[in-house]
Amino acid sequence: MAGASMKDIKLRIKSVESTMQITKAMELVASSKLRHAKERVEKSRPYFEVLHEALTQIAYSNAEFHSPYLTQRTVKRTCYVVIAGDRGLAGGYNSNILKAVAAHADGKEFCVLPVGKRALDYYQRRNVEILTDRFAVAGDLEVSGCFSIADILAKGFLTGEFDEIYVAYTNFVSMLSQQPAVLKLLPLNYDPGAAGSGPRQLTLYEPSSEEVYDAIVPEYLAGIVYGALCESVASELGARRTAMDAASKNAGEMIDSLSLNYNRARQAAITQEITEIVAGAEQ
Amino acid sequence: MSTFHLQIVTPDGEAFDGRAQKLFCRTITGDVGILPHHCDYLTALGMGEARVVMEDGSVRRAACIGGMLAVAKGEVRLVATTFEWAENIDAERAERARQKAEQKLAQKNLDAREEQLAQAKLHRALVRSHVAQDR
Repeated sequence: MAGASMKDIKLRIKSVESTMQITKAMELVASSKLRHAKERVEKSRPYFEVLHEALTQIAYSNAEFHSPYLTQRTVKRTCYVVIAGDRGLAGGYNSNILKAVAAHADGKEFCVLPVGKRALDYYQRRNVEILTDRFAVAGDLEVSGCFSIADILAKGFLTGEFDEIYVAYTNFVSMLSQQPAVLKLLPLNYDPGAAGSGPRQLTLYEPSSEEVYDAIVPEYLAGIVYGALCESVASELGARRTAMDAASKNAGEMIDSLSLNYNRARQAAITQEITEIVAGAEQ
Repeated sequence: MSTFHLQIVTPDGEAFDGRAQKLFCRTITGDVGILPHHCDYLTALGMGEARVVMEDGSVRRAACIGGMLAVAKGEVRLVATTFEWAENIDAERAERARQKAEQKLAQKNLDAREEQLAQAKLHRALVRSHVAQDR
């Protein structure tokens, strides 16, 4: 900072201070929203657990069980539901998930259903086929939105538009660590060897086990998408919190070193003035 | 009168957890009633009114849309996409939704998906306003 005038340094300090205010505010907002996001996950969990239990029970307690959702077909086209954020400034959150999808989809023919503005922008720029851009704002998406997504996916799968569906989301491991993950949605995992073994449970299905199964699957898909969305939202907030925390710390360090420079410059100016006065008096 | 344990869960949280005498709701094949000591049972829910006869004999009504109904070992679980007790339904909102859906259906140039969506919306609005009206 040699040669920088006192005024310059002072301006610099002011600008860093105002940046720090913003990063601090963003950190606080992210942490309070994070708590809310975690509660949302916990509230919806029992619903989907029951659905999952019912699906497994139906599939495994019937030896001759068929459902179009279980059929493994040769994969011609894959569909990815990519859940990213709406905004940046969240560390590596958005780029990590997009990279994970790119690695997973390498060499495949695929289309995407983006959730979140960042994901939509990314795939639009790369001219990847987009199923629908109705779900561009991840923050606004409610349960009903997940049901529409599940509907689109289930229909697309049944009509053969795509033969495999994955959902890409970010797993909320802890406050400090978020892991991108790619999860298979359809066809459902089903091991015919394990079916029909063990004691059979006598349950009455109305109208039939197949019909009940096929009616529940879209709800179940919606459940997974919703769960993934909640995890992702929590991860985004967590990532933003960490990033903003680091930014605030950096700003604090910067202010410290700038203040030091400022004081040195001030002292140098005073010393110089004194020297000049003394030199003038001696003459 | 004997009762059974009834649990009603939705994605937005738990709507009810307690004992009940009877439960009536609409499934994809029609209305069913569940009494205590029902055999193990599983079915998918349609759209319609649900009625729960509480332990004290009072009847609570609700709009119940989508999901499934499971009875296992005498425990009844109603897993609904939407479950709103009659007193919590916003009748005006349902009415507005009904009008909007009807307007949409009146248009001629709808594609199949739009029409289906509007139909479903209309159906849901009708169920809600029906339940809300007779409360």
